[in-house]
Amino acid sequence: MLDAILEALKGLGAGAQFLYTHGGPNIVMLLIAGVMFYLAVAKDVEPLLLLPIGFGCLLSNLPLSELMGHDGVLRTLYDMGIGNELFPLLIFVGIGSMTDFTPLLAEPKLLLFGAAGQLGIFLTLLLALALGFSKEAAVSVAAIGACDGPTVIYVSNMFADLGKIDTAMVGALAVAAYSYMALVPIIQPPIMRLLTTKKERETKMPPVRGKVSKTALIAFPIIVTAITGIIAPKGLPLMGMIMLGNFMKVSGAVTRLCKASENEIANISTLFLGLAIGGTMAGGEFLKMQTLMVFGLGLVAIVTDTVGGVLLGKLWYYLSGGKVNPLVGAAGISAYPMAARLVQTEGQKANKHNFLLMHAMGANTGGQIGSVMAAAIMLAVLKGLGVIP
Amino acid sequence: MSQLTFGLTMLVVGMGGTLLTLWLLTLLIRGLTAIFPPDHGGPEGKKD
Repeated sequence: MLDAILEALKGLGAGAQFLYTHGGPNIVMLLIAGVMFYLAVAKDVEPLLLLPIGFGCLLSNLPLSELMGHDGVLRTLYDMGIGNELFPLLIFVGIGSMTDFTPLLAEPKLLLFGAAGQLGIFLTLLLALALGFSKEAAVSVAAIGACDGPTVIYVSNMFADLGKIDTAMVGALAVAAYSYMALVPIIQPPIMRLLTTKKERETKMPPVRGKVSKTALIAFPIIVTAITGIIAPKGLPLMGMIMLGNFMKVSGAVTRLCKASENEIANISTLFLGLAIGGTMAGGEFLKMQTLMVFGLGLVAIVTDTVGGVLLGKLWYYLSGGKVNPLVGAAGISAYPMAARLVQTEGQKANKHNFLLMHAMGANTGGQIGSVMAAAIMLAVLKGLGVIP
Repeated sequence: MSQLTFGLTMLVVGMGGTLLTLWLLTLLIRGLTAIFPPDHGGPEGKKD
């Protein structure tokens, strides 16, 4: 009888014993989960993502956890929506239905800032390759420069699915992408001030004509989808879903579906995606030098995105005889509407009569299209080079 | 294909392709807003 009780107690203490003997990496990951909770709850840093990712991380790193094992709940969520890239795409429908492309259609030239804001993707790719990353891993890290979590997850998971990168790397990439998106208000302003003179920042731009016909707004998502499908079909799921959401919004014909995309679908997908990504952050696989390098390269990507946008803005400033405020270029990234608000704030710091918000919103939505287009083109080029089937 | 060749190809074709595609889109948007100017009365969407 006593033996049976001792054996039973052994079972209860197995978790603690594991932590004591082999649990070093798990303890570090539990601390990382704690940091994510702190950032999400106390500092309001991307709480919608960091909280479920942190909890997924907690669940998968508790000793002897089977939640990421065969038929475990986190594994089921992963297979259900990450392994087949479904959740990022559903989130994109929501993003599309929340985005207003009116300022962009009113000033289409702002779309070019959305291209310049992707410079970080390609420079980071070069740097990652120089640091010894494989082609697929380098492309995955470079995707952080898209400033767009779902794009990073979509691209990196495609490679994980093909067995070209570790599944744990998808988790590291997602956390890095969302962390840097949240840090855009800290990262961008010093770069904007460093690269521009006060005179340039003071530049007032004429107001954006606010009206665009409804027909043009309705035709826009269809045209963008068709162009992407023709030029870069590998990226069509990404662009197609974002444009589907936008088409539903501007058509005004399916208000219920639009609201569901903005709220229920996006929220449920975000929760499941966060939990499943957190589940991939098992200590033994996550705690590698490669993870630190991913975070370092992610920072490089966001910084060079901003540099690319502002430099195009400066070029435009000189070519236009001082009519374009170079700060607007910094909004050519996908962090919407955060980057646009930063441009407005910095512009007003230089000249309190400066109202750059609508221009910056146009550039910012251009950045959203630009980031997805860059990812789509990258995938098309990879297919052309035979790196992906 | 060497890593350097791969990286430079991605930089040139990827960044160039992105710029070119978005430039093409700006032209299409210009055409679209010219065909359907702001005062063009588009169909009103049905509310369900």
